[in-house]
Amino acid sequence: MLYSEKVMDHFTNPRNVGTIEDADGIGEVGNAKCGDIMRIYIKVKDEIIDDVKFETFGCGSAIASSSMATELVKGKPLKEALKLTNKAVAEALDGLPQHKLHCSVLAEEAIRAAINDYYDKKGTE
Amino acid sequence: MKIMKVYADNAATTKMSKAAVDAMLPYLYELYGNPSSLYSLGQKSAEALQGARERIAVNLNCLPSEIYFTSGGSEADNQAVRSAALAGEKKGKNHIISTAFEHHAVLHTLKKLEEEGFEITLLDVHENGIITSEQVKSAIRPETCLVTVMYANNEIGTIQPIAEIGEVCREQKVTFHTDAVQAAGHIGVDVKRDNVDMLSMSAHKFHGPKGVGVLYVRKGVALSNLIEGGAQERGKRGGTENVAGIVAASVAFDESCKNIEQNTARILKMRERLIDGLLSVSHSILNGDRTSRLPGNVNICFEGIEGESLLLLLDAKGISGSSGSACTSGSLDPSHVLLAIGRPHEIAHGSLRLTLSEYNTDEEVDYIIKEVPKVVEYLRSMSPIWSDLQEGKKSYVIQ
Repeated sequence: MLYSEKVMDHFTNPRNVGTIEDADGIGEVGNAKCGDIMRIYIKVKDEIIDDVKFETFGCGSAIASSSMATELVKGKPLKEALKLTNKAVAEALDGLPQHKLHCSVLAEEAIRAAINDYYDKKGTE
Repeated sequence: MKIMKVYADNAATTKMSKAAVDAMLPYLYELYGNPSSLYSLGQKSAEALQGARERIAVNLNCLPSEIYFTSGGSEADNQAVRSAALAGEKKGKNHIISTAFEHHAVLHTLKKLEEEGFEITLLDVHENGIITSEQVKSAIRPETCLVTVMYANNEIGTIQPIAEIGEVCREQKVTFHTDAVQAAGHIGVDVKRDNVDMLSMSAHKFHGPKGVGVLYVRKGVALSNLIEGGAQERGKRGGTENVAGIVAASVAFDESCKNIEQNTARILKMRERLIDGLLSVSHSILNGDRTSRLPGNVNICFEGIEGESLLLLLDAKGISGSSGSACTSGSLDPSHVLLAIGRPHEIAHGSLRLTLSEYNTDEEVDYIIKEVPKVVEYLRSMSPIWSDLQEGKKSYVIQ
């Protein structure tokens, strides 16, 4: 098999799919030309990620990485979530094929982009 | 719950026919002699090879001595293109004409030749995926040594006007090669009618075994070696012949050619139904001309989704297909064929190719028509591109 059972599980039964209407932060990375776009929505309460949702256009590992990344940061303080690494995402999925590691990088970047968006918005309020 | 298994990737490879398997078995067990050996066990293999050569020649309308066996379609393509280039070089000709959507066996060989000093012209294949003989005619120059145009495209199945292109090449005295890997055994191929000088085929595309290719080279056209060695294939391809595979290839080809009419009638009906069924999904489009197309080829782009995830979910439902998305091509770019017919990157990523054979059934087509739209809808429901399109933040590329 191309992918681990964990990847297939998160791909076929992705956690936290969807959008958050009144999100506190939205992060989008990737581009359609390359075949991957991830968009992460977060709801923040007391500097903790109270809820997180994602939408992803991409391959199996991109969807699985989004799902796993949202699971890893859900309920976590923002400061901790900012430390999420692509390595942690890939490891939690029991590894990704070498040429798919960029999917875990995108997931890390998407989470960070959503949190930064939250800080940006908060700063302007 | 037992799920239905539907193999719909016959352009990638095919199931071997029973007749082909039966034909090859004796040459694996009892008749294992080397065709170059002089004792009777060897000579039986030599006779089998000759029989296979004749069986293929009859169906291509050529002489047995114009048939060369190779390890596959890629080797046949490499050898044909390299040979014509070398012959051209000797006469001071260094220009080659081909198309933008050839198989990589041709395109990558041309790229190497370009690095070695050849000038390559790749003709535009238009949105319908078909080139014209006029394009070839106006691209030919005094220094052109080869025109190589595929008979039918491997991804979108479009059939090229090979006989007309061949006629132009004959008039202009330019060597003409066609990669007929997808066409041979599926539509009628006749080297005389089609005016071709060289033609490549691959056995596993018409229910023969993997590892056997055929190169037709018209008598009098220069052929040089890729593989040096013994005197096999009249000194043009060293290496002990894959006797069992070659015999099976010839039987499979004979069987396919004899049944073309009957198979085409059945497969075409299934294909048309499949195309209509899949195009009922909103914002989807057929890639390549619908009429001048291989009987079994369906290739459709669905806006807002990516092909690899589509293939994985279809696999989970028992359906085997393929896609031109970057993730399945192993590079960052999607299929060069879909880009060549003008599909934008983001649309090309969402392609699905389903290729049928005579082994497929109406029931399987019904199953595909039922399952694919569900999977597309599911992937669209989690796609940020799709939600932007739905909310009017972006406009649809496919109407």
